[in-house]
Amino acid sequence: MSTRAISSTESHVHPAAVSLTDVTAGYGPHIVFKRLSLKIDKGQFAGIVGPTACGKTTLLKTILGTQSPLSGTVLLDGQALNDIPRGVIGYVPQLGSVDWRFPVTVEEVILMGFYTGKRIWPWPSMEERERVHDLAHRLGIYRCLRQQISNTSGGQRQRAFLARALVNNPALLVLDEPTSGVDIKAQHEVLHLLGDINSEGITILLTTHDLNAVASHLPWVICFRNGLIAQGRPRDIFTNDILTRTYGGDITIVRHEDYFLIATGTPIHFSDGGL
Amino acid sequence: MIEFLLEPLEYEFFWHGLLATLMVGASCGLIGTLVILRGMSYVGHGLSHAAFGGAVVGFVLNLNFYAGAGAMGLLAVLLINRITRSGTIKLDAAIGIVTNAMFALGVAIISQVRAFSQSFEAALFGNILGITEGDLLLIGFVSLSTLTTMFLMYRPLLFSTFDQEAARVFGIRTARVQLIFSLLLTLTIIASMNIVGVTMIAATLITPAATARLMTDCFSRMLIYALIIGGITGVAGMYLSYIFNTASGATIVLFGASLYCLSWLTNFLHDRYVLQNHLDGKTDFVQTTQHQSVERKEAGL
Repeated sequence: MSTRAISSTESHVHPAAVSLTDVTAGYGPHIVFKRLSLKIDKGQFAGIVGPTACGKTTLLKTILGTQSPLSGTVLLDGQALNDIPRGVIGYVPQLGSVDWRFPVTVEEVILMGFYTGKRIWPWPSMEERERVHDLAHRLGIYRCLRQQISNTSGGQRQRAFLARALVNNPALLVLDEPTSGVDIKAQHEVLHLLGDINSEGITILLTTHDLNAVASHLPWVICFRNGLIAQGRPRDIFTNDILTRTYGGDITIVRHEDYFLIATGTPIHFSDGGL
Repeated sequence: MIEFLLEPLEYEFFWHGLLATLMVGASCGLIGTLVILRGMSYVGHGLSHAAFGGAVVGFVLNLNFYAGAGAMGLLAVLLINRITRSGTIKLDAAIGIVTNAMFALGVAIISQVRAFSQSFEAALFGNILGITEGDLLLIGFVSLSTLTTMFLMYRPLLFSTFDQEAARVFGIRTARVQLIFSLLLTLTIIASMNIVGVTMIAATLITPAATARLMTDCFSRMLIYALIIGGITGVAGMYLSYIFNTASGATIVLFGASLYCLSWLTNFLHDRYVLQNHLDGKTDFVQTTQHQSVERKEAGL
């Protein structure tokens, strides 16, 4: 049974940025989640957390429309997915989903965001190039625009994907595991960057395994395990009860003023080998 | 030298062969770029075998050679797409199942009905001497179609090849792009069958593109290089085949493989040179082993 710690949407008149009603999704005979109802407000910056193979990616695919739900309705800004114009959704896939040896530069990767438009000429227009350069400046990757994507760091690749997702000024930005595959500094920078982007009114929805990063950077969390466990602010959601129901096993939460640290299990005490 | 090069051009069959290998080599190089970047190298091999089975079935049904091969090639594409859609069976397995079954059908029919013309031997091993004006027209049409489609679909092709999932979310109809690409590939393979033969088509598709990949880290340049290398390989292979009196298809493939080896060796030696300079302190920054990516800052300059 799912619990909602804090209502996110009831008081709002405008349609939610993302609205799932009684959605069941799965692959063939395998059901991943059943009769899920979930709303994400416009302008929200929400993170979906949950254990591996709990259906986070299936949920994202259902929202993005790359996987059709077995039943139920998915609406984005009150519209069915098929009615959504191109460019309304920006998407940043997992870094591991791409062959980084592919012969393209950072600039070409960002330009791909325009490749859904009507322009058929292979080369970019002046406006497209200017937009790419502006975004690259803003995201701190201008100096590596001409660099091969294979020669960039995980953080730069993440920013390149982010720039590609932003070229069309999307209303909703969806990111699949943006904190994996990058070091802790890049992780912090990317989440701060997302916070800045969110402050401009873009709704952001991401999945992550990193509870501590979510706790310190995201204002709204959705705990998911083959269904909605709870959603709300991290300080309200990250309780032993909810996290144990989400992940199973022992979860320890250390709180200090506005900070908290989430750890799993009990520490292993290694012997000193008699030294 | 000029006389030596012009001498074979006096023969009409050589002209036909030269034009055919130029066009087939260029279009194979172009489409081969996407074949290797999409990780579909086995597709060319499989589809050529399916097309061969189709040509045999077409012969039995009194159809045109290309009509039978084309129909079976397209059927193979559709079946492979259908089998791989669920994700349970991977592409290489689906190709193995579908195309080998079609090839086996052709072989079984040949073993039963023995009244076959020589065209099937040509389809298996290539016969450049038998290229007719009709063949040339078909090859020209396929090459032009490939070039035009690749130009007009450059953007969706690049995006869906690099990141299919994101391309789909961004609004590119990736299934349609894949289907058009598969159709172009099938047409190119069918047009190449009589030139290099079923057994060697995969090499003509992959080798020029692989050589081009060693020469550049830029997608658009890779397309152009592969097109040029494919064309040059076809023409040079034709001349060498004439000079050494060897099978044209095999000579083209061997020349293509030699170019690849040369390119690989050049890369290897260049990387060694750059590394040595770096170790000697003559350069101060090496990014990767790919020579295109190496920023060489000569000390003191």
